[in-house]
Amino acid sequence: MIETGGWLPVSILATSGLVGIVIFFLDEPRHRTRNFLNIFAALAKIVLVAIAIGGYVEGEEYEARFAFVLEFDLLLRVDAVSLLFAGLSSVLWLLTTIYAIGYLEDSPHRSRFFGFFSICVTATMGIAFAGNLITFVLFYELLTIATYPLVVHRGSEEALAAGRTYLIYTLGGGTALLVGVVWLHTIAGPIEFGPGGVLEQAASGNSWELRVIFAVLIGSLGVKAALVPLHGWLPVAMVAPAPVSALLHAVAVVKAGAFGIVRVVHYVYGSDFADSLNLLLPLAIIASITIVFGSLRALAQDDIKRRLAFSTVSQLSYITLGVAIVGPIAAVGALVHLVHQGVMKVTLFFCAGNLAETLGIHNVSELDGVARRMPVTMTAFTIGGLGMIGLPPIAGFISKWHLGLGAMEADFAWVIVILATSSLLNAAYFFPPIYAAWFKTPQVEYPPAPGRLETSWMLLVPAAATALMSFLAGALAGVPYSPLDIAELVAEVVYPP
Amino acid sequence: MSSPFEWLIFLPFAGGVITFLLPGKSRPWLALLLTVGTFAAAWWLASDVWREGPQGYALGGWEAPLGINLYADGLSALLLLTTSAVMTLASFYSLGYFSREAEASSWTEARAFVPLWLFLLGSLNALFVSRDLFNLYVALELLTIAGVALVALAGGATALRAGMRYLLAAFLASLLYLMGVALLYGEFGVLDLALIAEAAEGGTRAPVIALAFVFLGLGIKAALFPFHAWLPHAHASAPAPVSAVLSALVVKAAFYVILRLWVDVFADSVTAPAAQAAGALGAAGILWGSFQALREQRLKLVVAHSTVAQVGYLFLLFPLLTGVGEGAWRFDAWAGGVYHMMSHAFAKGALFLAAGTILYAYGNDQISAMRGLTRTLPITTVSFGIAGIALVGLPPSGSFIAKWMLLTATIESAQWWWAVVIGAGTLLSGAYVYRLVSAAFTPDTLPESIRPVPRVMEYASLILALTSLGLGLRAAEPFDLLEVGAPFSMIVAGVGT
Amino acid sequence: MSTFELYAALAAVLFAVGLYGFFVRQELVRKVVGLNIIGAAVFLLLIAIAYRNRGDFADPVPHAMVLTGIVVAVSATALALALARRIEDETGTRRLPEDEESS
Repeated sequence: MIETGGWLPVSILATSGLVGIVIFFLDEPRHRTRNFLNIFAALAKIVLVAIAIGGYVEGEEYEARFAFVLEFDLLLRVDAVSLLFAGLSSVLWLLTTIYAIGYLEDSPHRSRFFGFFSICVTATMGIAFAGNLITFVLFYELLTIATYPLVVHRGSEEALAAGRTYLIYTLGGGTALLVGVVWLHTIAGPIEFGPGGVLEQAASGNSWELRVIFAVLIGSLGVKAALVPLHGWLPVAMVAPAPVSALLHAVAVVKAGAFGIVRVVHYVYGSDFADSLNLLLPLAIIASITIVFGSLRALAQDDIKRRLAFSTVSQLSYITLGVAIVGPIAAVGALVHLVHQGVMKVTLFFCAGNLAETLGIHNVSELDGVARRMPVTMTAFTIGGLGMIGLPPIAGFISKWHLGLGAMEADFAWVIVILATSSLLNAAYFFPPIYAAWFKTPQVEYPPAPGRLETSWMLLVPAAATALMSFLAGALAGVPYSPLDIAELVAEVVYPP
Repeated sequence: MSSPFEWLIFLPFAGGVITFLLPGKSRPWLALLLTVGTFAAAWWLASDVWREGPQGYALGGWEAPLGINLYADGLSALLLLTTSAVMTLASFYSLGYFSREAEASSWTEARAFVPLWLFLLGSLNALFVSRDLFNLYVALELLTIAGVALVALAGGATALRAGMRYLLAAFLASLLYLMGVALLYGEFGVLDLALIAEAAEGGTRAPVIALAFVFLGLGIKAALFPFHAWLPHAHASAPAPVSAVLSALVVKAAFYVILRLWVDVFADSVTAPAAQAAGALGAAGILWGSFQALREQRLKLVVAHSTVAQVGYLFLLFPLLTGVGEGAWRFDAWAGGVYHMMSHAFAKGALFLAAGTILYAYGNDQISAMRGLTRTLPITTVSFGIAGIALVGLPPSGSFIAKWMLLTATIESAQWWWAVVIGAGTLLSGAYVYRLVSAAFTPDTLPESIRPVPRVMEYASLILALTSLGLGLRAAEPFDLLEVGAPFSMIVAGVGT
Repeated sequence: MSTFELYAALAAVLFAVGLYGFFVRQELVRKVVGLNIIGAAVFLLLIAIAYRNRGDFADPVPHAMVLTGIVVAVSATALALALARRIEDETGTRRLPEDEESS
């Protein structure tokens, strides 16, 4: 049952869940009520997550447990890594909501959109706080269901086709995940996440079965985490409205997959135990291939959103790579990148959305001189892009630095080569648009700004805010409660000194 | 009348006769009142079972073998509750559905509908509490007659032909079953299930030919592949509330009899190859029904074919009951199957009611005509979506739990090939549900005019859909009730955790 | 051959005849007659069993079953005939189309 502290994770879920349901039943024209509810819930969620972070660092325990079926419980529990993910999601939810309100102004079906949007965030929070595998699976599938209507929101042929691809991949992955989890349960009983892994004691005898299950689990989580060759849905899903792309790429879907991999490796198998089964080297190799492959594909894309999508494929696997390298420093790199990649990528998608919405620009080749017309947007884009490349002092540098150090520590020198190659490729696909925007002369006359600002403030503020966050997360990484600080907290738990 | 058994049978049957004599206008309201009353009686019986264990009742004070014994354990109680809940909501729905003032023909339809409807309810109740072979026959036959008449009620060549096919198949099935009963009586000299089970345990083997007749007859009524051909058109041609109840409950009733006889009575007589064969036919039904559902162009036919597929899942539990050694998985398989029956009953009821609403509003149920449904009938779309989730077996639906348990049983009993079937079935059902949902999301070309839909119709299907979801969120109590008098134990001593 | 065996064999023959009629005949009324012959076979078997189980008098339980069975069969037959007539009114034929309905 719910202990006193258990109300916290439950209410963090409820803020968006209840609002989502209410919004479904709101009549379409009631924009003010809907916007108020959305913003209010998002703010409330941030406050609640902040309380949870504070309490957790003080040593408080928050856990809500419900009898589910047979010997299984639904378990929501606050731990360090869940706070990392929940903190990221709650902040980005607020900004994305503001952005979406601006972006979707005067478009139809907004009740439906924001309803599913909220359910989506609820599912993400559930994934963050899930304390055992069955709870994780539950919210993981809910996320699939809630994102589908967002992907097909525009209802065009292209959107429906993308939705179909998306469902084929994610339902296939979900089914495999279910099989893997059930299988694991039959060997080891109900599995609650525990730092450093729980399987070594529970089921160390069945090493071959455990290997196959690991492959099934990572394979199914790899669909959402876009591991090559399971990444096919991600570039296609670009047809969704910009706030959805931002949400899919930075917060919800892909992160759910990456976060699941973190949970499976560090909290179910335990990285030492997984390593003793020889599972981590193959994972590191797959992640490396994905990193290089994604970057190469991104180079060839002219469509900005597609270029960003392939960049996501690549950048996400930094997380997987960090998980696959044994050692606390690599783990810090992986976890902190979970946050950093989210903030930077959401910035880039906001900017892409601004360009498309304000000037109708969709392609890299149309960017010449656009910075003169939209300086704030392009500044944000530049910060995000440079961060992705790994230039100090922006957030991406911190991630790559830790990954590199961790690889050295674990004697994975070849990973350094991968990181260097990838950074060069990142530069190769981010510098041209940045250069073109700032230094080339415009090919066409851009329509003048509608008001004092270059575009609606609701589109501009979120982009500027996340760009600022990307900068600060890197520049002030040493400050308490920064993402790096919390990631180090996690690493301490996972690898007890 | 001091026993819930009496109310369960007396209320609907007496109501059937009385409403037949009453003038037409008061009939639907009385029917509603009586279904609610029956639900109360089912609740009463379930709470007795919950508190005191399985309940028996000798009709007129005569004990078996001469008298008729009624009996209810957790399984009966759950199915009685499901039956009266689905029929109550369908009765609400029919208030709206039959109130179309314009059409005179539908008014006569409505007049004949109520008495038959109550007879159907009474037969279902009688079936679920019957404890002897011949009573089961009578209940099955009453069910058939009421069901066929309800199918034919719509009039018109299609409905009449569908009703005729249904009657011919079901009549033949009843006679095959009765032939089996005669042979079993020749062998055992009693009809009471408990007495036969005792004799069978004592070493008297049921003749193979008798069991073959019994299960063949019941298999036809349960629409087990390849005896399913009568089902799709019968279920698709009937008025919406009838379709809902036929697919949700009547098919399950036949399966219930199979389950009772197979597990409780003839467990020692049925062989492992027979169990594998039953599972294989079930698997074939899953594949065949799903493929047909993918091909159909009419909404109600899609839903009806999906019933063939979903019934297939139920038959998977028989092979899963076999296997070497002791294990809790037998309970998982058995209870997973039963839970699937329940969850599917609510989901399919909701789906057929929603389909009926669409047919009512649009005047046809071509899938291509469903475009823009999210705008015209939002509540119906939501119930459609939720019921679809339950049909695919995604969390948090009751079917998800059922699938979880069946999967656990496949792995623990070392019969992984059934896990492949379950996985394939999930993806196929995902595909046909996707067809419907994506059609609903296609926004353009609204029909010029749609008939306004009474609110009660939309909400009845929504509540049914939500119930199927609720079964996935709160499964502990249903399973506790199910364990009362269950043939298997949830936890086997010395095994498991 | 004992009396019981004789009647049981007769029941088997009737059953086969009814089944043949049900599957081979296309006209609905004939199909229904086929079903009734199957019913007669089952009832005959039950009565034979009652005779075999006799003590001072024949076993009453199968008699009760047959009586109830006849009532049920008559109702179902009546419904079938009514449906067959309505089908003839609507479509002009007392047969069902061969293929699965496409309309």
